Amino acid sequence: MTMQTIYLLIPLAPLLGALIAGLFGWAISRRAAHVVTIAGVGISFLLSAYVLKTLLSGGDSFNGSVYTWLTVAGLEFNVGFLVDRLSAMMMCVVTFVSLMVHVYTIGYMHEDPGYARFFSYISLFTFSMLMLVMSNNFVQLFFGWEAVGLVSYLLIGFWFKRPTAIFANMKAFLINRVGDFGFLLGIGLVLAHFGSLDYAEVFKAAPSVQEATITLFPGHAWSLMTVTCVLLFIGAMGKSAQFPLHVWLPDSMEGPTPISALIHAATMVTAGIFMVARMSPLFELSDAALNFILVIGSITALFMGLLGIIQNDIKRVVAYSTLSQLGYMTVALGASAYQAGVFHLMTHAFFKALLFLAAGSVIMGLHHDQDIRNMGGLRKYMPITWITSLIGSLALIGTPFLSGFYSKDSIIEAVHFSKLPAAGFAYFAVMAGVFVTAFYSFRMYFLVFHGKERFGKASHHGDHTDEEEATDHHHGLTPGQKPHESPWVITLPLVLLAIPSVIIGAVEIEPMLFGDFFSDAILISGNHEAMAKLGEVFRLHGGVTGMGTHAFITLPFWLALAGVALAWFFYLKRPDIPSAIRKAAGPLYSLMENKYYMDHLYINGFAAAGRGIGVIFWKLGDTILIDGLLVNGSAKVVEFGAGLVRRIQTGYLYHYAFAMIVGAIILLSWWLGGILPALR
Amino acid sequence: MSWTQLNLAVATPEIFLLVAALIVLLSDIFLNERNKSIAYGLTLAALAGTAYLLLQSAGQSPRPGFNGMFIADPLSQAAKFGMVIGVALMLVYGRSYARLRGIFRGELFALSLFALLGMMVMASGANFVTLYIGLELLSLSLYALVAMQRNNVHATEAAMKYFVLGALASGLLLYGMSMVYGATGALDIPTISQRITVHGANNLLAIFGLVFIVTGIGFKLGAVPFHMWVPDVYDGAPTLLTQLIGSAPKLAAFAFTFRLLAEALAGYKPDWSSMLTILAVLSLVVGNVAAIAQTRLKRMLAYSTISHMGFLLLGFMAGTRDGYAASFFYAMSYMLTAAASFGMIMLLSGKDFEADQIADFKGLAKRDPWFAAMMLIVMFSMAGIPVFVGFFAKFAVLKAVISTGAIWLAVLAVACSLIGAFYYLRVVKVMYFDEPENQAPIAAAPDSRILLSVNCLLLLLLGLLPDRLLTVLTEAVQRSMLP
Amino acid sequence: MLSLTHYLGLGAVLFSISVFGIFMNRKNLIVMLMAIELMLLAVNMNFVAFSQFMGDLHGQIFVFFILTVAAAESAIGLAILVVLFRNLRSVEVEQLDSLKG
Repeated sequence: MTMQTIYLLIPLAPLLGALIAGLFGWAISRRAAHVVTIAGVGISFLLSAYVLKTLLSGGDSFNGSVYTWLTVAGLEFNVGFLVDRLSAMMMCVVTFVSLMVHVYTIGYMHEDPGYARFFSYISLFTFSMLMLVMSNNFVQLFFGWEAVGLVSYLLIGFWFKRPTAIFANMKAFLINRVGDFGFLLGIGLVLAHFGSLDYAEVFKAAPSVQEATITLFPGHAWSLMTVTCVLLFIGAMGKSAQFPLHVWLPDSMEGPTPISALIHAATMVTAGIFMVARMSPLFELSDAALNFILVIGSITALFMGLLGIIQNDIKRVVAYSTLSQLGYMTVALGASAYQAGVFHLMTHAFFKALLFLAAGSVIMGLHHDQDIRNMGGLRKYMPITWITSLIGSLALIGTPFLSGFYSKDSIIEAVHFSKLPAAGFAYFAVMAGVFVTAFYSFRMYFLVFHGKERFGKASHHGDHTDEEEATDHHHGLTPGQKPHESPWVITLPLVLLAIPSVIIGAVEIEPMLFGDFFSDAILISGNHEAMAKLGEVFRLHGGVTGMGTHAFITLPFWLALAGVALAWFFYLKRPDIPSAIRKAAGPLYSLMENKYYMDHLYINGFAAAGRGIGVIFWKLGDTILIDGLLVNGSAKVVEFGAGLVRRIQTGYLYHYAFAMIVGAIILLSWWLGGILPALR
Repeated sequence: MSWTQLNLAVATPEIFLLVAALIVLLSDIFLNERNKSIAYGLTLAALAGTAYLLLQSAGQSPRPGFNGMFIADPLSQAAKFGMVIGVALMLVYGRSYARLRGIFRGELFALSLFALLGMMVMASGANFVTLYIGLELLSLSLYALVAMQRNNVHATEAAMKYFVLGALASGLLLYGMSMVYGATGALDIPTISQRITVHGANNLLAIFGLVFIVTGIGFKLGAVPFHMWVPDVYDGAPTLLTQLIGSAPKLAAFAFTFRLLAEALAGYKPDWSSMLTILAVLSLVVGNVAAIAQTRLKRMLAYSTISHMGFLLLGFMAGTRDGYAASFFYAMSYMLTAAASFGMIMLLSGKDFEADQIADFKGLAKRDPWFAAMMLIVMFSMAGIPVFVGFFAKFAVLKAVISTGAIWLAVLAVACSLIGAFYYLRVVKVMYFDEPENQAPIAAAPDSRILLSVNCLLLLLLGLLPDRLLTVLTEAVQRSMLP
Repeated sequence: MLSLTHYLGLGAVLFSISVFGIFMNRKNLIVMLMAIELMLLAVNMNFVAFSQFMGDLHGQIFVFFILTVAAAESAIGLAILVVLFRNLRSVEVEQLDSLKG
């Protein structure tokens, strides 16, 4: 098997599984549906691992087209792959998490009527995501970009009978359109100024246009690279849920939990991060764009984390945590520490998927109750879920020697070394974020696994906390009923994800951040030296263990510890304090309760204004002008023409012959009469 | 002149087909009503053999034969392969249809094969005589085929109209050929082409001839104002034969046009290009507008054919290699689309029932979701909606048109196909949103069901991966053009 | 001495008569068939004239082919006419109007 066949097989295996499960789901058994999709993703994972291994042992990266889809006016649209270590690492992460989620789904969805459909979707998602990361040109990137978006919408609205799911679905779709609009404009600018959509060609030509400007408004010449990069980044903001386009992600939790883990935590939402890292040769040319990224990233990292503190839905807490962590990655990109961003992307994929799946396990154990106020003391009943959750939370808050520590600390240090004007604010935001992260993570952890057992009261449920209205009518445990540990198909993925959550940081930090792991994919210009300085400090402290031990005397560690301690004090020791604070800080609390009124702004502001304008146009333009004049008018013209032709088609042979002769005579007289030379 | 110059080998597929057609004709004498299937099997075998022989010669450079009267070049071989497919599709889709109407007879098989032979000769004609003989062999077979159902008033009326107008058209074409002969003193295409471009010819006579030749071509393609036969013949003929007339002969007409205009009269490119523009514009407008008012599906498809031929002519009018290739691609994809659409009508038709009204497709999605989806593909492809092959065919043509600088033509063509989308989508609407009037499940033989599904899915597949076919056809055109 | 133009003129006149025969005639289909024959003869006249005056035999050979085809064409035309007559009990051109629109 040649490498090219392997590259082709990696995305096609899940696609085949998706097609079989999707098109023939009605014909094959549930068992067959999950066997075939898991086999597809499994093959894909093994091959990705093999590719990564080959690349690590000195194999050449691959850049070439596999199939020419279309040639238009000299511009070729190719299906092509760029497989270097960056994409190989992404492929491994995507396929591994996807495989875990596939296995987990067997248990989680086992009573859902849309079983085969669900497997088909997640396999299709895996295919699209692989196409996105393996692409070697913008067109295919955009294809993958939209395809993962499509599957994401399908899955958010998976329970399409629930109005909240449909609303969330629509919201995700609309917000992403805003981002995609910018993204498409960015691609358009690239095409217009480089004449090519191939990564390699664009990157090669990029330095020569560093000084180029474009005029968007008369009198204002803007740097071409800045405009292009900001537009591309707007696309990333939509997909990676960065402020202010983040509002769709918390609502996307309406989808089934495996999806939240796979798409809305581990893989799809990181597509924006991956894209910016892939485009590093472009972004490096514009300091303005990097500043913009830093600001957006730091706002997201801090303020979204704060919202996590007041959430009561277990999945929403994790969702806000995802937003905040995505902010961290974005900050790393802005500080030109692409390696650190991608590194955090990888570690985050493991521990966040773990946290989501653990949350799903808890939800199942409590019969689809998602409210953390109704939990508590679960560690006795669900030991595996408890331990794995603890590992995930510790990794998330950056406990030394765990994976999250290495990636997050690197980001903080990199921001510290960045010389961009926005770096000061960003440094504060990520530092404060550490405390916030520790606080909300352990608030959730303590409320769920420790303290008094509050389940089994059959009491209040929020209106969007029920997961499966169609199949399961009673939510939560009835009084006296005890939660139970989930079956092995659920706990096995938890354990398998916990392992990399612990070790992957320590194992990979040296090669990925400071070795030449990404040397062929990421390019950093000479005047951004955050990464270089980071490397110096890393060596100074004595490598992996040194960095870990040194952490005990740095600020982030103590901030995290303070967060954990405060969470313990508030939610285990003195549960009365939080409600007292809530009463005292009324306006602040309602500001956060309403998510900084962002949704109100969008729904009652932009959307309402848009609708208002729409109504005006509809009344004026559409009903009167378009419908009345253009549509009905042209319909009448066409109708008249149709009647005319029908009348000419009399059915009489001699009329037909006459028409032919007249046609011939007109042509003849036209040409012989010399009318045509004048016309030509 | 010698036997070696005769070079019979270049016409191996044609000779094989001729012998096979004669065998089918003879075998029919010995077969009684019940075992006509043997003749049917022989016919399909003949088609398979012809296709095999054509594939054998694939990729070879142009080879003349019969002292230069005949030429087997990549363009003609590719077109012939398409024609064989078209005729085979007609025979498979129409088997039970023909049986129920009493036209499942030896004449059907033999005449279809002769019609195919005529098309193949047309595609390979390198001389006015060969082209004319091929054209007449095709036309005469079709006239007879349309009239085959002897007690059908509509069919015989259609046959008579087709015959009279067809004869008139070939008379005009011949008159044009005689003028070109007078202007150049040759009947053989490379010589004519050379005399016009190198030595110059009698302009008046040649232009006179050109107009009549364009008229003949316009008739064969069904371009306005030489289209009057199309709706009546499509509508009146048994659907089986409508499919035969509507699919493969378009490829023959394309090759025929290529031989006459792009090769023989290449020196008058500006003139015929303008003439084709007029025909194309009229066809696009009249075809699309008239189709809207139709309630009969077959008649609607007839007018839609006219508009499609307008598109085909647009590609031709560009007069470039890419333009011809776009036209060729259009003809090829249209052949498949038309075959599928008429196959669909036959699939739904029963013993005394023709599903030739749009209303007959009401609620098809509820009766048979699979074939409703297939019909959806056909209609979307005809309407030129992206990812179906019809879109790429139109796209390639528009690209060629734009490259000549005639933007207004491209805009007009797009506007017309937007009008066209209306009536195609109406069929879709009827299938999916109306209640079925007829609840009976669809009874059709498995072979035609499977083939029809493959045919429809091919429209989707070629739309997804158009590049391969487009490259093959562009290369064929490139290698077949006279130096 | 007759010139080429005379022959071409004759051809054109014959051709025009036949064309008029096709679309002026509203009664009898047989007349239409005759007009078609006449049209082919007009074409033959052209070919023979050109052939003679250019001293090139190909044109006359083409004429033989046209004559053969014309014979086949009339045979088929008459056959269709017979079938039509059985159905309609008439050979009037105006009766052929069930297909229209």
